[in-house]
Amino acid sequence: MRASPLLMLLATAGFAVACGGKPKPEEPVPQAEPAPAPTPAPVPTATNDDSAARMARDSADRAKTLSADLAAMINFDYDQATIRQNDESTLDRKAAVLAANPNVKLTISGHADERGSDEYNLALGNRRAAAAKRYLQNKGVDGSRMDVVSYGEERPLNPGHDESAYAQNRRDEFQVTAGGDKLVAPQ
Amino acid sequence: MSGRPGLVALAGAAMLLGLLSPTRARAQDTTRVREGVRVGLEYRPGVRPGLVVLPGAGLDSVRAVVRRDLDYSDRFEMIALEDAPASSAAGRGAAEAGGGVNYGLYKTLGAQFAVELLDAGGGGVTARLHDITVSRVRSQQSFALPGVADATYRLELHRVADEVARWATGTPGAAATRLLFVSGGRVYRMDSDGEDIAPVTPAGVTALSPVWSPDGQRFAFTQFAAGRGPVSVQTIGSGAALVVPGTQTGLNITPMFSPDGRTLAYAHSDENGTDVFTANVIDRCCAQRLTVGRYADNLSPTFSPDGRRIAFVSTRAGPPQVYVMAADGTDQELLAPFDYGATGSSNAPEWSPDGANVAFHREVAGSPQLFLVDVAGRRVRQLTSSGRNEDPTWGPDGRHIAFVSDRSGRRQLWVIDVETGRVRQLDTPGVARLPAWSRRLGRTAAPTNP
Repeated sequence: MRASPLLMLLATAGFAVACGGKPKPEEPVPQAEPAPAPTPAPVPTATNDDSAARMARDSADRAKTLSADLAAMINFDYDQATIRQNDESTLDRKAAVLAANPNVKLTISGHADERGSDEYNLALGNRRAAAAKRYLQNKGVDGSRMDVVSYGEERPLNPGHDESAYAQNRRDEFQVTAGGDKLVAPQ
Repeated sequence: MSGRPGLVALAGAAMLLGLLSPTRARAQDTTRVREGVRVGLEYRPGVRPGLVVLPGAGLDSVRAVVRRDLDYSDRFEMIALEDAPASSAAGRGAAEAGGGVNYGLYKTLGAQFAVELLDAGGGGVTARLHDITVSRVRSQQSFALPGVADATYRLELHRVADEVARWATGTPGAAATRLLFVSGGRVYRMDSDGEDIAPVTPAGVTALSPVWSPDGQRFAFTQFAAGRGPVSVQTIGSGAALVVPGTQTGLNITPMFSPDGRTLAYAHSDENGTDVFTANVIDRCCAQRLTVGRYADNLSPTFSPDGRRIAFVSTRAGPPQVYVMAADGTDQELLAPFDYGATGSSNAPEWSPDGANVAFHREVAGSPQLFLVDVAGRRVRQLTSSGRNEDPTWGPDGRHIAFVSDRSGRRQLWVIDVETGRVRQLDTPGVARLPAWSRRLGRTAAPTNP
């Protein structure tokens, strides 16, 4: 595994800040690679044309992965704005991509399911977006790069009226608003 | 006074009947099976005086509106002549213009009042209230009416009904009022009887949470766009809108006017959370922060009628509940008691016009239901139990509450009479939500379409 030591350090430091220095026992190692899958070294037997095409393709794939990392949503428990543990790795990947791409700016939008009060859900969505921003700030991302907005229950992802729809709708979305053109993979 | 002993006897019988009446102690809302009351079936003397609107030549639409307004006031037992067995006799007994009224007939039908509507010429109408128990006219007045096509025509008819209610009970009705509500992102207005629906915000603007200014000339709402938005105050007549100070950034929700119309309270959301602020909307200045939530949210402010206190929602103890503070933000305390971990979320408080209660909705077994908390005793009372019932807004009479309910299958506006539990629907074409009921509208508050 090539989880970069710098990233681990950042994550640990960020966590220490978030928890007032209290050590947390056995933080689960992020399951997913913080960096995209390593590109195979250019095969010497390939022609230059093939090589160029592959490199272009790989680079496009890598950019797509990085964009997907930035855009990946996180979800919340009912009437809660606490970042769930299994979403921390999702946010950690964003922090890494943001660290490697200092021109990227994000708008974080919080959403709620339809069950609560319409107006309260706007405040709840705001709290959810603010929670993700705070988490990323604690991971070293400058606050001025992230805007916080809330849609409450106004924009459901799934129009259904059951728990699986509600679970999908309780979410933060992350939209790149600047600097998303040429993403660099974290080292 | 020859009428007195009879009245006392009637009242005595009324009390007895009232005690015996199984429908008197309805604690919950009930939807009446059909409109119009059958004589002798539902008439409950002493609970409410019987009232009959006399038939007559012409003025059918005027009579229909006034009759319905008096019915919706829930202050009278409406006696429908078409239901009476001797309907032809009743018709013959009705007054010709200036003629005599057959008091004996209406007395046997259980009426205490008869309302007569006559053409006053020039498009006007004369209303006359007969007191059946003393067999004479109690009050009468001629009202000028604008043309039927005029935007204020129905409002003027509602004023006739409100005045008749005042003659009969001492308190004016609440018919000459309007509701604002949101449908498809747009604010609409409707008359208190559910008629005359028209949009008041332009298409293409997403609006939330409209509220009336106390004089009915303006309304405030959240102008929602891309997860943010200011609170705007729009003048009903001209459609001109101004942004409230302090709401230019972030998301600004749940506006509410102070009773003198000078101050607007609202909740401002940004990355630091959601907190209650006030701003002066006359001089357009001086946004002032009233709550400091840190990681708790504070929203949905509502003024007491004397303007000295503000009830609001806070998540300071976990789920949202209803709190109260002085209008300057001091003395914050819980208003509606709850059992931690057991009581559901409580939201959308609105202070009653008489100051005695705050209406709000609270989750019960997964569905919001309307509740009242009495401000003096802090006792909580549940008003609804059928379907989802939310976002209460008081009528100016302090006994009717409009709210959103899905009891008919989709979210629609309904009105409950807190005193009797009677419920009626305000039919809207689409889904309706976030209603706001005006105070009694003066003649200058004649709204036009934008």
